Amino acid sequence: MPLLEFNSKGIYCQQADVYIDPWRPVDRAIITHGHSDHARWGMGHYLCHKHTAPIIRARLGVTNIDTVEYGETWSKNGVTFSLHPAGHVIGSAQVRVEYRGEVWVASGDYKLQHDNFSTPFEPVRCNVFITECTFGLPIYQWQPQEVIFNDINNWWLENSEQGKTSVIFGYSLGKAQRILQNLDESIGPILTHGAIENMNKVIREECCPLKPTTLITRDTPKSAWAGGLVIAPPSAAGTAWMNKLKPLSTGIASGWMSLRGARRRRAVDRGFALSDHADWNDLNTAIKETGAECIITTHGYTGTFTRWLREQGYKANEEHTEFEGELSEINEAATKEADEVATEKEEGKE
Amino acid sequence: MKRFAQLFTELDQTTKTLKKVEALVRYFEEAPDEDKLWAIALLSDKRPRRTVRSALVREWGAQAAGIPKWLFAESYGVVGDLGETIALMVPGEEIANSGSLTYWMDYIRGMEKLDDTTKHELVADAWGSLSVMERFVFNKLIGGSFRVGLSQKLMVRALAQYTNIEENALAHRLMGKWTPDNTTYQKLVVEEDLNEDASRPYPFYLAYALENGPAVLGEPEEWFAEHKWDGIRGQVIVRNGQVFTWSRGEELVTDKFPEYLAFKDAVPDGTVLDGEILPFKDGKALPFQVLQTRIGRKNVTKKILTDAPVVLIAYDILEYQGEDIREMPIVERRAILEKVVSEAAMKTDRLLISDLVEFNTWEELANERLRSREQLSEGIMLKRKTAPYRVGRRKGDWWKWKVDALTIDAVMIYAMRGSGRRANLYTDYTFAVWDNGALVPFTKAYSGLTDAEINQVDRWIKANTIEKFGPVRSVQPVQVFEIAFEGIQASTRHKSGIALRFPRINRWRQDKPATEADTLQTLQEILRGYGG
Repeated sequence: MPLLEFNSKGIYCQQADVYIDPWRPVDRAIITHGHSDHARWGMGHYLCHKHTAPIIRARLGVTNIDTVEYGETWSKNGVTFSLHPAGHVIGSAQVRVEYRGEVWVASGDYKLQHDNFSTPFEPVRCNVFITECTFGLPIYQWQPQEVIFNDINNWWLENSEQGKTSVIFGYSLGKAQRILQNLDESIGPILTHGAIENMNKVIREECCPLKPTTLITRDTPKSAWAGGLVIAPPSAAGTAWMNKLKPLSTGIASGWMSLRGARRRRAVDRGFALSDHADWNDLNTAIKETGAECIITTHGYTGTFTRWLREQGYKANEEHTEFEGELSEINEAATKEADEVATEKEEGKE
Repeated sequence: MKRFAQLFTELDQTTKTLKKVEALVRYFEEAPDEDKLWAIALLSDKRPRRTVRSALVREWGAQAAGIPKWLFAESYGVVGDLGETIALMVPGEEIANSGSLTYWMDYIRGMEKLDDTTKHELVADAWGSLSVMERFVFNKLIGGSFRVGLSQKLMVRALAQYTNIEENALAHRLMGKWTPDNTTYQKLVVEEDLNEDASRPYPFYLAYALENGPAVLGEPEEWFAEHKWDGIRGQVIVRNGQVFTWSRGEELVTDKFPEYLAFKDAVPDGTVLDGEILPFKDGKALPFQVLQTRIGRKNVTKKILTDAPVVLIAYDILEYQGEDIREMPIVERRAILEKVVSEAAMKTDRLLISDLVEFNTWEELANERLRSREQLSEGIMLKRKTAPYRVGRRKGDWWKWKVDALTIDAVMIYAMRGSGRRANLYTDYTFAVWDNGALVPFTKAYSGLTDAEINQVDRWIKANTIEKFGPVRSVQPVQVFEIAFEGIQASTRHKSGIALRFPRINRWRQDKPATEADTLQTLQEILRGYGG
């Protein structure tokens, strides 16, 4: 019996009777982070990092949540658990599971690049490492974040000089705050779409301070965004909401934007290759640093990446999860985004 | 190279014409003359030939990236572009001054005659010293596949803005056989040198499609109408006792059509004719496929000349007795053309005139249009009698009023990944019709759906795959699409026994179950009715 198994409901630890990021309702769930494909509604009981709790409380409307700090351990039926920073978004964690000297780590989503906001990824030694591989192909190699933000800030400055509003799309949990915290606010005011501001509010009130932003409402005067930059979810692209911001230039921040085809397919003016997932080199580095001999791939280019790992001498297998359906480039990211926004809208109604 | 790669990026990341032109003007302002000349050459499709075979580039790319071949192939499949795949994954150290565009063009062309080992060293050195975007441009150049989303017309517009030389004059100067080796920026662009190059064609005037019928054009008597012949647009030049034939793609195709060499004794020196290169035998036009087969051949043999002879169906004259007469109204040009063609008839039977269609009302013309397909014409051309011969695609004076396409409802049975902009999306589909309860594939088609529909179909395909074969998937035979096409031919190469011309997806028939798609019998009936 493996310490963690993949069944129809999620990643299950039978010994402790607890699931990690389950996709069907279960009694007890450990949640790696607040994105909607990892944190779902309907669990009997949630356990997560203290910064993830306010996010899932706000998004899912659930209250039965226990929280822990990174590195804090707890045990159940002989199994010891602890959470460790995954560097993906604020509060994101890898789950370390130890039983009779065997250690498994379920890493959820992660990145090694420091984003100047979320707690940086920490390698955790283990025997079995469960990894995503969203960008598990050698064509995905991120440039340093300074280079990308230099591009973003330059684009903003240029737009501002031409009297245009800059609108940048990024998902509301993670990317939005990462962009905000790394912008050069001396260029102009930073504004937000409602979906982004809802998340900012939660983070400001319950996690940590963020740079000041102005929410665009029906009553916001045009002068408020003169020379400004607006952070919006991708689902806002092409909607009537954008009209009042004209003249404008649009950009999207996503790892998929490192491919020319994806950049051109999206009807935005600029694509910035900025991702909260590990690139090819970082996936390989992360895996190496765990010291694990056995690797389980869950979502992304699983087939290809698994074969690569086997050729590198690892025992590697892919497991089916519902963290993401089949990868179809930016559509997938956009769909995920739309889901998140839909969730947020519903929450707004309640 | 850095500056040129930047230009490429700027052109690539916007769809707005104005921004593209601005970016190009900035480039002309900043680049040295020799780089300008190369940029003009590259942006007008005068790219150097491939210097390295793509199989080698793939092998060296995988090696430089330190990955096995299969992983390289997987990655290539996702990116959909070899040059980009390598640019993305080969480690390189960006150096501040990477050399001028001219330096790199010499570097690349210098490799042509070298052996593969030396080429490998040079390519690897280049990869190692260029940034991602520069590497991409470099790869496109060594692969002979450099393309930019910018029409020649826009390039000329930018150059006109930068030089203050008139657009028409520039377009003229930039045509012809020049390469950066036999001219300079100063000579080609700046100096006036009309008639220096006897082979130089005029830019073609292109017609716009008339979508909703001719009523919007005003009075019928203001217009000439002709059939739209289904051949290749061509320009035949007779100057200094020589004949030059150009196709619309600005390709010099004189050698492909020796029939026209007779024009040098049949029309006055200093004549330029615009017309259709049309396969024509025993007094009537042959189907386009005949011409296609002929173009594909390397040498024009006697057999080809007998089986697929061509004529020029002339419909305009741009130069007469050495004088550019494009500013004359077409009524006057046509009179000259009629005279030239009738006088030529004594010496050659390869030059015909495109007859005018007589009509008094738009309704009469509409009836004639319906008879187009029987005459192997694609529809009707309308030309304003008072119009000069313009440059490029300008709305207003020339219209093509094509016959409606033939259509058939077919079932999608295979899907293949696209490439380039659509890499990793299933965009190329194979369609089938029913034949005794089985589905027989008969055509592939890809264009015609909106991006949103492509995404939707892509998701459906991924969720309804039966089997995968490399980039191809067989899918549940459920989705029906209306396929439009321009022509139909019997074919021994296809299982269905037919081949379509210009097949494309007209619309997605989500309202129609697969069982109600058309049958092979329907296709055979269309073949009997319209097949050439």
